[in-house]
Amino acid sequence: MIAQLTKNERQVALLILLALAVVGIAMAAGGRHDPFGAHGALVLLAAIVGSFAVISGYYAPEPPESRLDSYYDDPSKAGIILAMIWAVIAMFVGDWVAWLLVNPNLTFDAGWASFGRLRPVHTSGVIFGFGGNALIATSYYVMQRTSRARMPDQLTPWFVLLGYNLFCVIAATGYLMGVTQSKEYAEPEWYADIWLVIVWVAYFVLYLRTLARRKEPHIYVANWYYLAFILVVAMLHIVNNLAVPISWGSAKSYSLFSGVQDAMTEWWYGHNAVAFFLTSGFLGMLYYYMPKRAGRPIYSYRMSIISFWGITFFYMWAGSHHLHYTALPQWVQSLGMTFSVMLLIPSWVSAGNALMTLNGAWHKVRDDAVLRFMMVAAVFYGLTTFEGSFMAIRPVNSLSHYTDWTVGHVHAGALGWVAMITFGAIYASVPWLWKREAMYSARLVEAHFWLAVGGTVIYVFAMWNSGIIQGLMWRTYNESGTLAYSFVDSLVAMHPYYIARAVGGLFFLLGAVIGLYNIWMTIRTAPQAAPETAADRPVLAGGAVLQAGE
Amino acid sequence: MTLDHDILVWFSKSFGLFYLLAMSLVVLVYAYWPSNKKPFEHAAQAILQDDDKPYRG
Repeated sequence: MIAQLTKNERQVALLILLALAVVGIAMAAGGRHDPFGAHGALVLLAAIVGSFAVISGYYAPEPPESRLDSYYDDPSKAGIILAMIWAVIAMFVGDWVAWLLVNPNLTFDAGWASFGRLRPVHTSGVIFGFGGNALIATSYYVMQRTSRARMPDQLTPWFVLLGYNLFCVIAATGYLMGVTQSKEYAEPEWYADIWLVIVWVAYFVLYLRTLARRKEPHIYVANWYYLAFILVVAMLHIVNNLAVPISWGSAKSYSLFSGVQDAMTEWWYGHNAVAFFLTSGFLGMLYYYMPKRAGRPIYSYRMSIISFWGITFFYMWAGSHHLHYTALPQWVQSLGMTFSVMLLIPSWVSAGNALMTLNGAWHKVRDDAVLRFMMVAAVFYGLTTFEGSFMAIRPVNSLSHYTDWTVGHVHAGALGWVAMITFGAIYASVPWLWKREAMYSARLVEAHFWLAVGGTVIYVFAMWNSGIIQGLMWRTYNESGTLAYSFVDSLVAMHPYYIARAVGGLFFLLGAVIGLYNIWMTIRTAPQAAPETAADRPVLAGGAVLQAGE
Repeated sequence: MTLDHDILVWFSKSFGLFYLLAMSLVVLVYAYWPSNKKPFEHAAQAILQDDDKPYRG
């Protein structure tokens, strides 16, 4: 890894690590016994390990000029492995908290093992650890190919990838120590937030610099989605995390916003995190890997552009549907509701576009579990966006809100759409990146596929049942006009569904473990007469490609 | 205070409508502009080519 950096880059890397070490020491000294101090030690440790790595390779010969004849893929490889490791850890924690809801005694009387601390480890771990690493890894891959240009340097991609993972580790360890600013999906405290801004700006600039070097006149639509993901997440992250720390030596900070403004800012952030992190970025993935794997161009390129702007314009306004029947002004709620319903159009155009791309290649979907992952992802994308628009309607929301229906909806999206498209993209890229004929075991990919689909279906059906029962029990009145059921009655009713959910989650976790093993074995198996080009060739080369429906 | 709640509501209800309509129009015109058809089709096809090397000209 260090041998691929130029002399100059190695020096810059050492300077960055030195600066990081100084920050770590300052944090450790200023924080003392506060968790802030522990995080300072962690930052220092990361800087020391990084420095050793750079120094040990410092006198390696400079990379040859011929490196410029190939794409720079090592950060993508590392990102994919990191994504799978995060997937296994974070899904394990997810299933753990699922069993914790079945049996709340499983906390061993330890603060770190309480639901409130473990749950954000799960959510941040899957969204940022698994999803984020997969997005960074695939975006590096896609932006270079679609631009036909190598990344401008070797250091920035590593800075972004490793810096991002440092953020993820600080976030997860912080939760276990009780560090949180109590904003859902934005739990990390101020210092982690500042670090993420630095990393994220470097990511954005790297993307633009690569695009500026492109040899293709038109920027392929997948890049638009990836760029929207990077740009808007930066915007959301900065605004929602505006806060004042109580001192330079403390992890605790207070948000700039309070009351209903705080709630609105948080859900403007929260729903757009769903939109631009969990949708836009992964649509970028879909628009590259699905046509590539199917060997067919996207069904309608125009529709991909129109739905891009539809998603971008509409999502921005949808967040207030999280605050129906609250102190938020009624018209703001209605605005969010209306835009959420309108979102169905660009969402279904995207899902339809993906499925129409496969139309004519169904035999490949049948035979190839990797393509099937992507197909199922598109189906779940369509289902979940329909469900989301529906749940945003105020009277529907009065039944669904605060119940497990929401949890089911989120997981239909996260497991069915985000994770499926990611696994599909990862299984497609691993043989391409490591120059292998195919994955180590096609049967294990098949096993992963069915565990993932089975787990998702069990999970989502359990939560639909549980959520609707909960919602109905909470609004059932008896003749005297009081509530017919106590809250504990509804908890007892949910118990069997919680067991089912934990079993579904276990299936999904097992699939991810199998996936990690399969990827690891693919990498370890020596290449058999390594093919220069990507594993799956399109059926037709040149201009005579069928344009279904166009 | 001139910038009160009512004015903001009026602004977002009127201006918001028109600028979203205008942006939609711009996007539709761009997507369906006849001379854009070729680059779009080229872009859609180009990712399927398999020479896995950056172009250095």
